[in-house]
Amino acid sequence: MRRHALTAALLLALPAVAGEIGQAERRSGFDFMGPDTQALQRDDTANPGLLWVDEGAALWTRKEGAAGRACADCHGDAAESMRGVAARYPAYDAGLGRPLDLEQRINRCRATHQQSPPLAHESRELLALTAFVAHQSRGLPVAPDPDPRMEPFREHGRQLFHRREGQLDLACSQCHDDHWGRRLAGNPIPQGHPTAYPLYRLEWQGLGSLQRRFRNCQTATRAEPYAYGSAEYVDLAAYLMERARGLPVETPGVRP
Amino acid sequence: MARPRINVPSTARRGEIVEIKTLIAHPMETGFRPDESGRLRPRDIIHTFVCTLNGEEVFRAELFPAITANPFIAFTMVATESGDLAFHWTDDHGTTQTETVRITVT
Amino acid sequence: MTAPHRDTLNRRRLLAAGAGAAVVALVRPALATPQGMADAIRAFAEGAARAQPGRVRLELPALVENGNSAPLTVTVDSPMTPDAFVRRIAVFNEKNPQPNVATFHLGPRSGRAFVSTRMRLADSQTIVAIAELSDGTFWSDSAEVIVTLAACLEG
Repeated sequence: MRRHALTAALLLALPAVAGEIGQAERRSGFDFMGPDTQALQRDDTANPGLLWVDEGAALWTRKEGAAGRACADCHGDAAESMRGVAARYPAYDAGLGRPLDLEQRINRCRATHQQSPPLAHESRELLALTAFVAHQSRGLPVAPDPDPRMEPFREHGRQLFHRREGQLDLACSQCHDDHWGRRLAGNPIPQGHPTAYPLYRLEWQGLGSLQRRFRNCQTATRAEPYAYGSAEYVDLAAYLMERARGLPVETPGVRP
Repeated sequence: MARPRINVPSTARRGEIVEIKTLIAHPMETGFRPDESGRLRPRDIIHTFVCTLNGEEVFRAELFPAITANPFIAFTMVATESGDLAFHWTDDHGTTQTETVRITVT
Repeated sequence: MTAPHRDTLNRRRLLAAGAGAAVVALVRPALATPQGMADAIRAFAEGAARAQPGRVRLELPALVENGNSAPLTVTVDSPMTPDAFVRRIAVFNEKNPQPNVATFHLGPRSGRAFVSTRMRLADSQTIVAIAELSDGTFWSDSAEVIVTLAACLEG
């Protein structure tokens, strides 16, 4: 009798359909956190990620590089010009013939328009600028770049998401499509959306990028992480954005 | 040190109790964490936080390594007079960062 | 057997000191003990060891997702007038490497005996808050916290 009750409970806890998550079932990682962490993300007087957003706001107006130009000189008020950008990125770059994520776009702008060197991945400044730009889309629904040339890269991302790798021979989809909502070592498995990035992770005691989180997962499954800025991560992010379509941007999120 | 975020009403009625919230970027390195080679990272924290109104101390906090990175401190104050609310964070290097906010009390 | 040359003695001392230093650096510091917390409470004030439960309200979540950050709020039942106010609120822990968490200095200018911050928790444990009143009395409250950790650690 108890065994039937337990099985029934487990079945109820399982997502309705294994495989891609339908629009109606899409949930942010926010929904899987404890109430105190949720409260911290919601509280603009206490969310530590906003410290990086503040720094990004300062960097936005700072003259940079040989050109002596600030982001603001071309883009003006970020609240207007950057609104919707993070909801759309990674986006196709015709010059390069492939998508770029927000970090790459920022560095490309620095090189082309400011004649200044690129900011290193996970550097305080790149995180601050990325968080500041992404924050301008907070609350907007994810609406990936509609350019049809994105398709092959999104498809590559989808394949990477479903590919088993590493010593544990695990694919992202096995946890985040098939077993979201269940628990791994006592912690809930979220659906794995990119919507809150860059985010403040309590485990990091600081703000970090989506690629840092990817690398955590790969290390945890005993797979070889890709290099920061690799095409794999950008294509994977492009796929994840399609998978997260309709969920609101939350940057800067807070996660355990 | 780096940027703080200060939340305090810009105006208040005389005698009103206002809530003040502060957040500052700082790693608050405990001195108990090992690095990759196993050596302890040296302690580096903000150990004292003081709030003054027109130079008079209103609130003080002694912080220890058990306080989180990017420390958040909230407290209350009676709005007695208009003036400069100054916030001072002092770290293990002896450096003090000060931020001042104007409050108008009517 | 002849006495070792002075250089050999120095070298031995240096090696011994070096080895000892390396061991000290690699060994994790011992966590605080209930005795350590009692010592810290006495160091805060002689009378604090006899603090009575009451008047103080220590709020911490019963379950914390990540020990790196837990919200902590202390309020004390006090009129906060020049005749009767809270002088200090001190928070202690029993299982972090160090027993103190924070000590807050208040006064009649505070309006309310209220402080809020965020703390680190090395393990599931008891947290204690002690308030020192202007009349020389001490009051306390404690809270039990359970700490879980994120599953996929960076490594």
